Amino acid sequence: MMSIRVGGVCDPGSTRINKTGGWRTFRPVYDYDKCVKCKLCELLCPDMSVLEREDGYFQFDYDFCKGCGICANECPKGAISMVLEEK
Amino acid sequence: MAVIRDLNKDKMDVVEGSYAVAHSVKVCKPNVISAYPITPQTHIVEDLSQFIADGEIPNCEYINVESEFSALSALVGSSAVGARCYSATTSQGLELMHEVLFNVSGMRLPIVMTIANRAVSAPINIWNDQQDSISQRDTGWIQLYAEDLQEASDMHAQAYKIAEDKDVMLPVMACMDGFILSHVYEPLVLLEQDLVDEYLPPYEPEYKLDPKNPMTFGSFADPECYTEFRYLQQKAMDNALGKVEEAANDFYKTFGRYYGGLIDEYETEDAEIILMAMGSVIGTIKETIDKLRAKGVKVGLLKVRAFRPFPVEAIRNAIKNAKVVVAIDKNISLGLNEGALFTETKASLYNTSIDVPVIGRMIGHGGRDIPLSTIEKIIDDAVNVMKSGISVESQYADLKEELL
Amino acid sequence: MNFLFKSGHRGCAGCCDAMVAKFTLMAAGENCIVVSPTGCLEVMTTPYPESAWGVPWIHSLFENAASVASGIEAALKAMGKDDTKVVAIGGDGGTIDIGMRAISGAFERGHDITYVCIDNEAYMNTGVQRSGATPYDASTTTSPAGAISFGNKRPKKDMPAIMAAHGAPYIATTSLGYPKDMIKKIKKAIDVEGPTYIHAHAPCTTGWGFDSSKTVEVAKLAVQTGLWPLYEMENGEITSVKKIGKQKKPVEDYLKMQRRFKHLFTKEGGDEELKKIQAIADENIVKFGLE
Repeated sequence: MMSIRVGGVCDPGSTRINKTGGWRTFRPVYDYDKCVKCKLCELLCPDMSVLEREDGYFQFDYDFCKGCGICANECPKGAISMVLEEK
Repeated sequence: MAVIRDLNKDKMDVVEGSYAVAHSVKVCKPNVISAYPITPQTHIVEDLSQFIADGEIPNCEYINVESEFSALSALVGSSAVGARCYSATTSQGLELMHEVLFNVSGMRLPIVMTIANRAVSAPINIWNDQQDSISQRDTGWIQLYAEDLQEASDMHAQAYKIAEDKDVMLPVMACMDGFILSHVYEPLVLLEQDLVDEYLPPYEPEYKLDPKNPMTFGSFADPECYTEFRYLQQKAMDNALGKVEEAANDFYKTFGRYYGGLIDEYETEDAEIILMAMGSVIGTIKETIDKLRAKGVKVGLLKVRAFRPFPVEAIRNAIKNAKVVVAIDKNISLGLNEGALFTETKASLYNTSIDVPVIGRMIGHGGRDIPLSTIEKIIDDAVNVMKSGISVESQYADLKEELL
Repeated sequence: MNFLFKSGHRGCAGCCDAMVAKFTLMAAGENCIVVSPTGCLEVMTTPYPESAWGVPWIHSLFENAASVASGIEAALKAMGKDDTKVVAIGGDGGTIDIGMRAISGAFERGHDITYVCIDNEAYMNTGVQRSGATPYDASTTTSPAGAISFGNKRPKKDMPAIMAAHGAPYIATTSLGYPKDMIKKIKKAIDVEGPTYIHAHAPCTTGWGFDSSKTVEVAKLAVQTGLWPLYEMENGEITSVKKIGKQKKPVEDYLKMQRRFKHLFTKEGGDEELKKIQAIADENIVKFGLE
């Protein structure tokens, strides 16, 4: 439970308890055959929801991805498609 | 306990009130001073600027801000980094800071600021009353009012001690009447550096802006928790009641000087009439009391040092045996026709078994001189209340009817 | 990559503020203290008891971020910790309108701070009201297009020029359309001693009315039409510009993507207004030598 700290001081990065993935209508999906690991999606994501894998490819962090679609719109290789969420 | 002074003449200097305050700030070792000049606060910040120019305040930056709004805003940042901070202002400058005042107290930043009390515009007036700081009473700042130069000077060390106490962590306004205290020369003991070092520990906040422990300051609170933040600010004010007393007592132990804690009393023991007041008018009242006591009038004085937190219990105890109380105010709540000390004293007695009539008299607004005769007239009113009850509850006691 | 700006913030999907904040922290690194004025960025990142900031961060009021930054810088200096960088990052309202006095004072005094203005061209936090950065003919909730109005009647306030007049050693305009340019310029600004200013053009999906996936695309078009020139100024002189060259696009390409300019394409007389906006772009192209 929340407790009140004098002056309203907060811990760094503590918004990570707020899983914004639930906001999503469309989910981004990689086509790894097209991905050239250019890292643009990782750079642009406003929600820091593009995570680098050990093999240099990326995966989405669906806990936080809001489905804005910037990654898909900007991907120079068309390697990301937006798919309607089934809920 | 009455006012006690170390009258060791070897230690005394004849200086201006503003210089004494600037010296006090210097020996409290601030890290950041941020102020915008405004009459009659100017001499304080000029003296501090000279100290900086002469290298007399080590590890300190003076910020020549472009407004009072920024003067206090800059200190929000400085204080959050862990710096001991100082500012000074008055009147229009304080009004301009209004929004920042709430912010500082809500963020629990123990900034100390001198208020060289002055009337507010319009009409513009540079002379003394206390409308400026009284109007900021709900901003969450502790407010202390000084009677004379020595107290104003010494009050600044006490202010830091109270503000930075872990159980308080609230900003303090050290209020001194503009011109009457800021521009007058008197013999006094300049705050002693060695004793301040003993009295005032370095400022060590629990949280600060630090890349090694990157905390967030100034978050927003929704209805789920906003009330609790306000409640804790009030709790801190409650704690400050004791800390104001403690700071005064500790100061006495270290420096041998004492001016009261939350309040001070003068000739109240057998007093039928008790006058209540804040600031430099205290001296005039004491002199009037001495004069009337010689004629057999049983009159005494309750000096209110702390207006915030308001010392409800201390006031109740001090006036419970009087036959009439007069609250003297250098401010007015327009639309209520009362000064704040009067309103709040009355409120403090309601719902208690204390049944003392209280009247309010407003004097000295916009720098109007307060001669003994004005105080005597007020005491006459009090005598009449004893004889025949209250006829006028609250009014100006020095109104010039002929100008109306 | 471990970003210092963290997930879980409440910014809209496709939020421009989040992107600028992320890039600013990429440029600044861990050893910094960040100040934000009241605004979207502040509200969406710090609902008590949470914070999206991985660096020390403070918010005080709407109009005082530059003053707070001044105080932080002075305190760090006084306490011998001046290797820590001080960065203010706030919206166009908090920076060029209500925060004008504070930023002017801070820059005139010469504090070693970097101020990043996220210019999304209106007061988004309170519901898309007009600001001094709202462009000509944009429809906002307080400058709506209507029967006798094409929206905002004034061009954008030229804030970079105002900051240059303060003698700032480094000023740059940048855009979310060019993230690497943005990170590079913010880093340079932080490295330059003294007060430095970055004016970052940042399309707002919610306030401007375009799909959340188009934030970067819209930003690029502002640059490619000449409506948002990218340049650097060092000690008052323009030292570099991003040329548009063959990429040059008509302003319609940029405007037609946004709901706030829709009236220019539907209302009688819109053609004339489009010409005026094209003239603004053409003037920029000449003034900054973008061709």
